[in-house]
Amino acid sequence: MNKLLQLHDFSAPGATSFDELRKSAARGGCSTTGGNGKSGCGSAAGQGDLPAEVWEKVKNHPCYSEQAHHHFARMHVAVAPACNIQCNYCNRKYDCANESRPGVVSEKLTPEQAARKVVAVASTIPQMTVLGIAGPGDALANPAKTFKTFELVTATAPDIKLCLSTNGLMLPDYVEQIAAMNVDHVTITINMVDPEIGAQIYPWIFYNHRRYTGVEASTILSERQLLGLEMLTARGILVKVNSVMIPGINDKHLIEVNKAVKSRGAFLHNIMPLISEPEHGTVFGLTGQRGPTAQELKALQDDCEGEMNMMRHCRQCRADAVGLLGEDRSAEFTTDKVMEMEVEYDLAARQAYQAQVEAERDAIAVAKQRELAKLEGETATIKIQVAIATKGGGLINEHFGHAHEFQIYEVSTAGAKFIGHRRVDLYCEGGYASDAGIEPILKALNDCTAVLVAKIGLCPKDSLAGAGIEAVETYAFEYIEQSVIAYFKDYLERVGKSEIRHVARGDADIRQGAFVAS
Amino acid sequence: MAYKIITSQCTVCGACEFECPNAAISMKRGTYVIDAVKCTECEGHFDKPQCVAVCPVDNTCVPA
Repeated sequence: MNKLLQLHDFSAPGATSFDELRKSAARGGCSTTGGNGKSGCGSAAGQGDLPAEVWEKVKNHPCYSEQAHHHFARMHVAVAPACNIQCNYCNRKYDCANESRPGVVSEKLTPEQAARKVVAVASTIPQMTVLGIAGPGDALANPAKTFKTFELVTATAPDIKLCLSTNGLMLPDYVEQIAAMNVDHVTITINMVDPEIGAQIYPWIFYNHRRYTGVEASTILSERQLLGLEMLTARGILVKVNSVMIPGINDKHLIEVNKAVKSRGAFLHNIMPLISEPEHGTVFGLTGQRGPTAQELKALQDDCEGEMNMMRHCRQCRADAVGLLGEDRSAEFTTDKVMEMEVEYDLAARQAYQAQVEAERDAIAVAKQRELAKLEGETATIKIQVAIATKGGGLINEHFGHAHEFQIYEVSTAGAKFIGHRRVDLYCEGGYASDAGIEPILKALNDCTAVLVAKIGLCPKDSLAGAGIEAVETYAFEYIEQSVIAYFKDYLERVGKSEIRHVARGDADIRQGAFVAS
Repeated sequence: MAYKIITSQCTVCGACEFECPNAAISMKRGTYVIDAVKCTECEGHFDKPQCVAVCPVDNTCVPA
């Protein structure tokens, strides 16, 4: 505690050197052994290996647990419009309802409006367990509004987990307050630990009443981010680090970032693809800076995955998103609608729903283990990717033509692993194939061997087959992971009998731009 | 001697409101405005006008 207060005081410019502070913070942290990248802070490879107290904190948090994102929903309230840094992938002028990316919202809220909205949503959607403040600017560049919102929500809905997301510039100044408000999850966006690289990402920051540019700006930003990270983990607050993968600028460097944040006790690392459509008017959009392909992103995530969990289910959602990850129900909860709603906060009903999910999760785990046992003795070195059409609950329960996204699993004799999702335009619009046709979907799933769906029409099934992707309805309404393993077993058998030939798949597109609830 | 905000450029993020040492910036009918009487262009407080330094959109806070 004393150490933290000292750190807090020293964080003013001109104090003790940053490296010394960092070392002392690392010693006070949660058994972090700096340098070798090994952390004692719950960054084991599988969720099954997490310490009980960490699992307890993340198990109902869709953004911190891949498993939870099938069952639990989150909401963001846009109470924090101001920002204190400029990023080349962000254009604060752009705000459109047909747009899905961080930094963008349609409606800004006061803390009072936000608190009312949270309670209204929580009463309507029992799976809503998490409230995040993620902007559209920076949560800690608007501290009064951010903390007031948390205070109001806690008073009415004490079971809702609070989290915030920040660029880290002001973080060291607010760690005490974050801890005092029981905010137990913080996300810091860290795109570099080398200011030379930072200068290509951040044109300026506003700090201590002045605008800094170039390498100087990124030096300050990086020091503040890492100091804030250390202070949070020393307090036992779970920290997720977000990084935007920008090919040619920080793609290789993110391995260094991963080591730096891992050694400082970050719990989860989320490497996201750059969104840079020219029509967004961002610097990167206008200079033609491309985002990564699906396999480039996966390769980097695989390289960073050692003793630290990598998040692969991020949907890069808007700062006012509502619902399960991958869906957006914010249009149901505009300020006008929320003000008219009769709201009664029913804690018991929410707890009943959560107990039901708990039982369902146990069933999913048992089914997966049972299926995995059937793979015993298989020695094939084949590894394939399988796409899933789902609308949640851990089930294959979506029609191919109605899917807004496909979840991608990698499967081998070692088991099934979630590796990401691919957003697509709806194939089926009111009974007819969409104008764009199936081409974009074929590109998005090009690295997959099969797609498991609840139902699919003959025409798209043929198109998929033509592209070498098998569409399978056999596992309709079954659990995802169990089915992926069962499909893989069947696939191996057919390869063994020479009924089919195993073919390595190519790369796939990451689709950018609009995601709207329809 | 004062600054003004070009409304068509303003994103209404409010960053300038926090930073103004004279409390000269406030929300009026859905947009931020600078009270020319209170604005000192930050002279005596800071080297540069704070609204200009923090504003995310270039050429939005300009001399009136």
